[in-house]
Amino acid sequence: MNLRYIIPLIAVIVLFLIAYLGAHLTGLQYVFGIVIPYLAIITFVLGFAYRVINWSRAPVPFAIPTTGGQQKSLPWIKHAQFDSPVATWQIVVRMALEILTFRSLFRNTRMKLTQGGRLSYQLEIFLWAGALAFHYAFLVVLIRHLRFFTEPVPFLVQLIENVDSFFRVEIIYPVFKFGLPGVFISGFVLLAAVSFLFLRRLFVPQVKYISIASDYFPLFLIFGIALSGIFMRYITKVDVTAIKELTLGLVTFRPTIPQGVNAVFFVHIFFVSILLAYFPFSKLMHLGGVFLSPTRNMATDTRARRHNNPWNYPVPVHTYDEYEDEFREKMIEAGLPVEKMPEPAAAETAASDSEPEQEEEKE
Amino acid sequence: MAEDIPKPEELIQINHRPPKTDWMDVPVNIRKGMYCYASNPKSVAYVGLPNAREWNPLDEDWKLPENWQEILHEGFKERLGRFRSFKVFMDICVRCGACADKCHYFIGTGDPKNMPVLRAELLRSVYRNDFTRMGKILGKVNGARSMTIDVLKEWWYYLFQCSECRRCSVFCPYGIDTAEITIMGRELLNLLGLNIDWIATPVANCYRTGNHLGIQPHAFKDMLDFFVEDIEEITGVQVDYSINKKGADVLFITPSGDVFADPGTYTAMGYLMLFHYLKEKYGFDVTWSTYGSEGGNFGFFTSHETMKRLNAKMYAEAKRLGVKWILGGECGHMWRVINQYMDTMNGPADFLEVPVSPITGTRFENARSNKMVHIAEFTSDLIKHGKLELDPSRNDHLKVTFHDSCNPSRGQGIFEEPRYVIKNVCNNFYDMPANTIRENTFCCGSGAGLNAGEDMELRMAGGLPRANAVKYVHEKHGVNMLACICAIDRAALPPLMEYWVPEVDVTGLHEMVANALIMPGENERATDLRGEDIPGREVAEEESDVESEEKTDE
Repeated sequence: MNLRYIIPLIAVIVLFLIAYLGAHLTGLQYVFGIVIPYLAIITFVLGFAYRVINWSRAPVPFAIPTTGGQQKSLPWIKHAQFDSPVATWQIVVRMALEILTFRSLFRNTRMKLTQGGRLSYQLEIFLWAGALAFHYAFLVVLIRHLRFFTEPVPFLVQLIENVDSFFRVEIIYPVFKFGLPGVFISGFVLLAAVSFLFLRRLFVPQVKYISIASDYFPLFLIFGIALSGIFMRYITKVDVTAIKELTLGLVTFRPTIPQGVNAVFFVHIFFVSILLAYFPFSKLMHLGGVFLSPTRNMATDTRARRHNNPWNYPVPVHTYDEYEDEFREKMIEAGLPVEKMPEPAAAETAASDSEPEQEEEKE
Repeated sequence: MAEDIPKPEELIQINHRPPKTDWMDVPVNIRKGMYCYASNPKSVAYVGLPNAREWNPLDEDWKLPENWQEILHEGFKERLGRFRSFKVFMDICVRCGACADKCHYFIGTGDPKNMPVLRAELLRSVYRNDFTRMGKILGKVNGARSMTIDVLKEWWYYLFQCSECRRCSVFCPYGIDTAEITIMGRELLNLLGLNIDWIATPVANCYRTGNHLGIQPHAFKDMLDFFVEDIEEITGVQVDYSINKKGADVLFITPSGDVFADPGTYTAMGYLMLFHYLKEKYGFDVTWSTYGSEGGNFGFFTSHETMKRLNAKMYAEAKRLGVKWILGGECGHMWRVINQYMDTMNGPADFLEVPVSPITGTRFENARSNKMVHIAEFTSDLIKHGKLELDPSRNDHLKVTFHDSCNPSRGQGIFEEPRYVIKNVCNNFYDMPANTIRENTFCCGSGAGLNAGEDMELRMAGGLPRANAVKYVHEKHGVNMLACICAIDRAALPPLMEYWVPEVDVTGLHEMVANALIMPGENERATDLRGEDIPGREVAEEESDVESEEKTDE
């Protein structure tokens, strides 16, 4: 048994039980429906800001962009504008491609070594596709949820809902009804993608080897969020009006717990709260960090524009004068120009014990 | 080549499946052939770095200062505060595994701790324990552990199995650069005096004599004189050169390896011939320097501070000699330092002029601040403007491929310039497969100070992906020459080729340029710079094509 995913799994199950049981105790509904969400959102906002500020406070002493394409050099050589960006707009495009399309991940290849000892590198787009599906599905779900926090519901949210429910899936059968209300694809894509990312960690040996508890925990948590959401919408058919009363109460700072809110809702909102509170202290901060990555967000014209290092301090160097003092006689003998002609007594200053031994080239 | 390393058919038996045991429970096994010898205390002391003493990585006792854990912890903290890269890279990795099979050392060894993500986790695990709350609470389950002597030994072993090539950083969705992490890790190790000698002694030599081989000024001149004799024998032209000359147009700095060891020496001869040509025809005056006789910077593999101390010589010497700008030779990590660090560390170089080639009138806008031009940029500009008289058919017996060196690729982006030069000085050029060149290029396996003799197994394993791609074009197109613009490559690739693809030789760019260059007043050349007959030339000019094809079938 691998504790690295067993412990997070148990943690999420315990969290579920806490919320599910808590929802049945009237007094605790205020805690799960109001107090914890508020605390979570405060933790998220402050924590996120703290982390980003903390990163930003560390200077960038050197310009170290990864040049992923031809540098801008001679005018007749085609410059790879977005892989070796120079102008600000080119950096913006590079970052946008990175953040919106996961461009670096798209380059992913899989190495194979054949029996004959030949290496090959094939395009491997599953991680890219899975990651993209996961993040975009999550984004759509998030935007859709704005419905619960706005009145009237903004046009953009309605538009996205319409697109999201474009495919009608309806199963109407006396014992099993599904598809009413209309099916939002995003929720199911999210569930599928999060499952894929989990199974990948479980079955790709190298990925399994490097995965730790904090890799599994958010996956289980998000799985729980998606599953509880889907459960509420399509299976238990919760009282949406009551829920919206609660959520609107939260954003308008007039929190109430209306009658008839299903226990699953408390599980759902508790999971979301945990995710929000956990976010700033975890690897999920890659959301903020990706913007600050010096290998991606810097201009590559590092010889054309000087980058300033705020802590650049003077260092001891071996000056030319010291060098010439040591080798002057040999230089003169070899006919090399010198700055100072030797004085008769200067000879003995050369050769001390601390000289490093001359290295023999081994190649 | 060391005799006791496995044969290629044994070394290629690589298992990329990680073991069942949790990686934290797999103790480090410092294995012969995979590590470099410990730093010589004299070299460490010469540059005043900490804890200079005799020590042996195989010994139980590494003779560390008593408070070594405290030194590391404080050093770690200080670097987190100084480098945003380090801090962000410690925090945001999601362990997606995209980098796992991108590292040539992982591909070549199958050792999971050579996966870039796990190499970083070696440090990150300590970071979590020491600097995050979550790590402290959850401990090992969440990949956190405290710093122990075994962890330290693991750091040392694997941080010197990374060549800082940045290939993983291309594939990371957050641009996490393992080179950056290795640089920090090595800097921390150096606080305890845990360097390798192949780095420490070159650093001390470079500090004292101006070059990492410890060549003294008179000996440096002797070597150039020796090249002059060879060139005269081959071409009939006595080339003229200057050393330490004040008032020259430009200062030329190249890795000292090219002055010292084959096949780099032929590249050095190429430089001499090109500069002579430019002086005769256009009056372009280049000077070499003995004080600044090293382009490479092994300080870069030690610490940022040591890098700065060694690099300072370039601007200091340019200033002393009163040149207009600096021309840099073919070298890998030298160019990473020049391109991304020099101006920041030791600039602004306002005593120099914005580089302009007086021959073509080209203003090198891309080097307008740091004032240093790459010789591939310089030569491709000359060729583009038709300023060099070339006979590429002299290289017809060569079928050439080009190895993009890691640092000029992912730390500078110089891809087209060298290819343009090659295509103009030889007629047969074949690129290796796209996944193995340009920004996807593979390391020679010996970069970042790892090209010692004692770690030959590591080097042959790490060089496997590169060699494998060369083998592919060798079998497909009959490629017999591997060109590169890096002195470490020129030292490291010949044994790599001998081991994996023995039919392929290694050359620098300017060796081929000089072979094709028609010098004023030269004799008809019967041999190339290596003194080998140019097929066809010894009989008659016209038959060269036919003959060269026969040659490649060998």
